[in-house]
Amino acid sequence: MSIDIENITKTFGQFSALKDVNLKIPTGELVALLGPSGCGKTTLLRIIAGLETPDSGRILFDGEEATRRNVKDRNVGFVFQHYALFKHMTVFDNIAFGLTVKPKAIRPAKAVIRDKVNDLLKLIQLEHVAKSYPAQLSGGQRQRVALARALAVEPQVLLLDEPFGALDAKVRLELRRWLRRLHDEIHVTSVFVTHDQEEALEVADRIVVMDKGKVEQVGTPTEVYDRPATPFVFDFLGNVNLFQGRVDKGTARMGGLEVSAPEHAGSNDLPAIGYVRSHDIEVERTPFDDSSIAAQVRFIVAVGPLVRVELALTDRQESVEVDLARDVADRLELRVGERVYARPRKMHVFVEDYQI
Amino acid sequence: MHVANALHKSGGKGASRVTEPPLIRYLLLAAAFAFLALFLVLPLAAVFVQALEKGWEAYFSALKEPDTLSAIRLTLITAACCVPLNLFFGIVAAWAIAKFTFPGKSLLVTLIDLPFSVSPVVSGLIYVLIFGLQGWLGPWLQEHGIKIIFAVPGIVLATIFVTFPFVARELIPLMQSQGRDEEEAALTLGAGGLQTFFRVTFPNIKWGVLYGVILCNARAMGEFGAVSVVSGHIRGSTNTVPLQVEILYNEYSYAAAFAVASLLALLALVTLAVKTMAEWKIRQGLSSTWER
Repeated sequence: MSIDIENITKTFGQFSALKDVNLKIPTGELVALLGPSGCGKTTLLRIIAGLETPDSGRILFDGEEATRRNVKDRNVGFVFQHYALFKHMTVFDNIAFGLTVKPKAIRPAKAVIRDKVNDLLKLIQLEHVAKSYPAQLSGGQRQRVALARALAVEPQVLLLDEPFGALDAKVRLELRRWLRRLHDEIHVTSVFVTHDQEEALEVADRIVVMDKGKVEQVGTPTEVYDRPATPFVFDFLGNVNLFQGRVDKGTARMGGLEVSAPEHAGSNDLPAIGYVRSHDIEVERTPFDDSSIAAQVRFIVAVGPLVRVELALTDRQESVEVDLARDVADRLELRVGERVYARPRKMHVFVEDYQI
Repeated sequence: MHVANALHKSGGKGASRVTEPPLIRYLLLAAAFAFLALFLVLPLAAVFVQALEKGWEAYFSALKEPDTLSAIRLTLITAACCVPLNLFFGIVAAWAIAKFTFPGKSLLVTLIDLPFSVSPVVSGLIYVLIFGLQGWLGPWLQEHGIKIIFAVPGIVLATIFVTFPFVARELIPLMQSQGRDEEEAALTLGAGGLQTFFRVTFPNIKWGVLYGVILCNARAMGEFGAVSVVSGHIRGSTNTVPLQVEILYNEYSYAAAFAVASLLALLALVTLAVKTMAEWKIRQGLSSTWER
């Protein structure tokens, strides 16, 4: 089922959670709503589910108006951050719940329900805990049960509110890959909320980046990562270094650096900021050409597969953070206090009225 | 939960470090138990000793007295009216307060507490003022032959007022701590409002409900002040058990007075037992909520 979100606005007292949001979610896609806490992503998800009513705007399911439709008639599956399992029911009864509350006329027979629940238990690989209570399960197991419970009613849309937020790092990684595989199997239109950019980049077909109640950018993971539309998106997706400068007729000058910025060909000497990701900076012992800038190593720390180096730029009061691959760092043999040259490989220039 | 556990453990260790020397600990314990024995256990025992002073036969014949039987019947009727009504209102009020936001919410919370903060005599007088012969509705009621004050309806009304907070007070914090997630999950799975209440909400609060009901019942059966004002003390007709005890006592029939009083004391013991069990179950339920 496709979802159209048109001009949705929602305020809670003085706080404006969503400001005129427009969004199209095509059938069968796995979409991530990504943004910092308080950006309105959960509110948008709850409005799609019908758990919250928008102040204005419309929600269309498959082109049909559904803004005022009751939660129970929307046929959405909702997975909560804290699982919201019925703690007085066994895992089996939790998953069967949606089927057993159907009106008598359309309720499946007991045997049908049992088979269906057993199939779902197999799908989430938890057949052995069917008779356990939620309190006896681990966090990852509970979230899988919550997902099976939502899938039991064969929803047209699956909505997940920070589904992995309460899990530890390793389980989170496993479960999000499992969700991706599951989606490839069942292809139900799915929207999940997350504040973890890595999670969104890894799992989603399409990412909706949100900030302060507005959609900043919609695109595939590669699009939003490689071609961020706004400084906010650039900043939110990964580690970033800022270079202050000016842009004039397609050329940006940041201190000693000169970078071509053809997208700003029409700009006449405007203040601008250059954004460079920390892994898009090369460190050299001898300057490669005049795009290299002199710096001094201030700090070195190994973070798993990467080595993070902080450089103090020599001719300005700024510092940059560089992520080097382990082998590159080993070859350079950097020491704190050494003089080196830094060269940005890729820079995005935004004219300054875009302030973050 | 891990954090909470860790805090708990470190708290426990911290407590043992500041523990007093054994002598002081025993003295404190002894003082506490002596106080309890003197002011709680002794009087309770005295009730039963006095009640059985003239033997079991006298005890039972005192209970079989027609006026006493009528008082017991009236008390049971009163409780049977009050408890279901307050159960219903209590759950509805707690549901509204815990799960929704609406204007006037804090006023409602304050109003629920009103019967606790008002002297029971005043609670009784309120009804005399409204329904009594000199009251606002008195003349109209008399014209239509409806008797409220000095009759059973007045006793029931006054008791409802006094016992109103018990169920709601117990349920509000319990329901608030449980949040709305499970109800919302039930809604998205297609359950209706009543299905959600009976299959999801109620099982989560049932021990709290029992706790509230048992306290409400104990108070409904034992209420003296408010009922005394509206009852009129008509023997065999508008006397509840506590009023009957007073009358018997004032007539110097000590054994009979204590025999009837022993019923209330027994009720208190049963209430305590059920209450302890309900508390234990609630704690169990809550700890499984937080074990995430």
